[in-house]
Amino acid sequence: MPSDANKSPSAHTTRFWHDPAKRAILFQSLLVIAVLGFVGMIVQNTLHNLESRGITTGFAFLSQEAGFGIVQSLIDYTESSSYGRTFFVGLLNTLLVSALGVVAATVIGFVMGIARLSNNWLIAKVASAYVEIFRNIPLLIQIFFWYFAVLRALPSPRQSLEPLDNIFINVRGLYMPEPIYGDGFGWVVVAFLLAVVAVIGIARWSKKRQDETGQRFPLFWTAAGLLIGLPLVVYWIMGSPMTWDNPVLKGFNFRGGMTIIPELAALWLALSIYTAAFIAEIVRSGIEAISSGQTEAASALGLSKSKVLRLVVVPQAVRVIIPPLTSQYLNLIKNSSLATAIGYPDLVSVFAGTTLNQTGQAIEVIFMTMLVYLTLSLLVSAFMNWFNTRMALVER
Amino acid sequence: MSDSAKVTDKLLPDLPPPANSTGFIGWMRMHLFSTPANALLTLFAAYLLYILMVPSINWALISADWIGDSRDACTSGGACWVFVYNRFDQFMYGFYPEVERWRIDITFVLLVVLAAWLMLPRMPKKGLVSFITLIIYPVVAFFLLYGGSFGLEVVETHKWGGMSLTLILAIVGIVAALPFGVLLALGRRSEMPIVKSICVVYIEFWRGVPLITVLFMASVMLPLFVPEEVDFDKLLRAMIGIVLFQSAYMAEVVRGGLQAIPKGQYEAAQALGLNYWKMMGLIVLPQALKLMIPGIVNTFIALFKDTSLVLIIGLFDILAIVQAGLSDPNWLGFSVEGYTFVALMFWVFCFGMSKYSQHLEKRFHTGHGAR
Repeated sequence: MPSDANKSPSAHTTRFWHDPAKRAILFQSLLVIAVLGFVGMIVQNTLHNLESRGITTGFAFLSQEAGFGIVQSLIDYTESSSYGRTFFVGLLNTLLVSALGVVAATVIGFVMGIARLSNNWLIAKVASAYVEIFRNIPLLIQIFFWYFAVLRALPSPRQSLEPLDNIFINVRGLYMPEPIYGDGFGWVVVAFLLAVVAVIGIARWSKKRQDETGQRFPLFWTAAGLLIGLPLVVYWIMGSPMTWDNPVLKGFNFRGGMTIIPELAALWLALSIYTAAFIAEIVRSGIEAISSGQTEAASALGLSKSKVLRLVVVPQAVRVIIPPLTSQYLNLIKNSSLATAIGYPDLVSVFAGTTLNQTGQAIEVIFMTMLVYLTLSLLVSAFMNWFNTRMALVER
Repeated sequence: MSDSAKVTDKLLPDLPPPANSTGFIGWMRMHLFSTPANALLTLFAAYLLYILMVPSINWALISADWIGDSRDACTSGGACWVFVYNRFDQFMYGFYPEVERWRIDITFVLLVVLAAWLMLPRMPKKGLVSFITLIIYPVVAFFLLYGGSFGLEVVETHKWGGMSLTLILAIVGIVAALPFGVLLALGRRSEMPIVKSICVVYIEFWRGVPLITVLFMASVMLPLFVPEEVDFDKLLRAMIGIVLFQSAYMAEVVRGGLQAIPKGQYEAAQALGLNYWKMMGLIVLPQALKLMIPGIVNTFIALFKDTSLVLIIGLFDILAIVQAGLSDPNWLGFSVEGYTFVALMFWVFCFGMSKYSQHLEKRFHTGHGAR
């Protein structure tokens, strides 16, 4: 309005909701009140409901005796252990399957991603069929398929398959010899650690020498020789301080050795195959994101095909690949909670399942479970952020 | 003399390319057998395909049984699709009463018509149709499916199941999460610190926890959160869980779209004197929405696959109903057929949608640059 515009700013009394700063304060206080009110209402309802159902809140239940068995435990656990201990058993089992899954998914994913870019038509087609099939089928179906359709169809312990000596596969799981460490095995470990230290030292020295003189040092073979050779030599000097505990069929089942229970195998297979399909796509698009000018320039400098890949393409592609790769790792950790569907004793299955049902402490249990996943997510993304900054291109 | 006879003023015709570089043989040489290592790889892959594919195709198609009434019809030794054939209606409709199943049919036919209208590039009045799809259609669908008025019999939600339940969960999840996602994304990009931090905490919280714990939470904790008189049914609880979870993912998609709008658009809108909501509603969001559609389709695919998790809290989606069928004593031992069928259903939907989203990405790629 022209008359308004002619007034000088000092004469014009603005209403406070026309002032962005004041409006922001008003708006935010309203939001805070609304959120607090909402939370307060929930808390009040919950307390009332808990009281009327006779549930006592608090974490006292964690020290009570659990009284149920768990098929697989990385730490000592018996039926007389506490509910608190079930939490750690579950957590460790979650971490175990996630770690196994991350490693396997990364390997399969990188192989498939690179295979998709192969100039071999058949290999490229097989890899893209793999990606398109496994990425479009829900993980839960894949877990069920491996568990109920494949692993349940394996023979009973008496008719076990024996692909290699002393390794048995049957419907109860995969049985392998377990190493028993004797006296003096500590020295082998010490030798290995020494080799690691030596390799780090040599790597620094060889980089320095290459920076100064341009001479390259065969680092890979030296490192491999040290890391494998030194512990082997010590192992031999100490008189082979390790024996194997072989699984033996006794009665209806195998005793001794190490066992991979079918639940773990099914979950591991499904998680790695499913996540690898996504990782393959990430790797492919990461490599394709490097402009062909880079490859051409590198070839023009006379680098061999493998050096172009190793020195020019991969270091640049890794930067593109890391952020989406992180979110795939996080997805894998979160997806490992599907364990509960086939009864693998992970955190959700043991703690948010059995423990919750036995104690009825829904709020505490769910809260602790969610907190674990949140913490894991934050830790992994913090680590990957740190790694990403280290790898990031240092620009002018 | 005779030498000069070799000098000709006519061009000789082009020689054909070497025989071994053209046609099928040439193609094979170039793409399959270019180096010894490549040839080995090709042979290995071909062998692997042969030992995998021949028995699978034989099992699934050639020596399979398709039609019959009981497991006695399965005599050929291959897949027993009779199991799926017999229970197909149940896999699609769950325990929905047979006489009322036309209601599910109509609901989905309507949806297909509306979706096709929106997806075909040349159809007119897209704004009106999107309004109908997002606002009016859900209400109509609810009354059709649940009933209770207009002379329709009430069908309790515990009778819902099968593929229709899977689709209902996924569609409700995505449509209801969209407005929350837009608000959260705007909040996350807001300059007001408290609004921003509340939105960031909300988004990161739900993105950091697995859907299964959210569903557990919705099924055991939600009843504690509301006054005792309020009674949620199981399906509604699952839906609330899914929407809470999905809105965080949706917010990130919307944020991606908002970030792609150049700053000049915001500044131009402000220079015209538009306030915040007009700037967002008239200038920024319509442009951002176009960029967001492929992302929304991708989250929809993820959600569609994730709906299979409701099995764990006891809802009968298609996976759960097939699994229930597998434990029927008359049909024991057909788990491979059952899971293959469910996997194929999901695969067809997800693969179709992912192709559609890739097509959209190409169509929307109107700017400069490679591709």
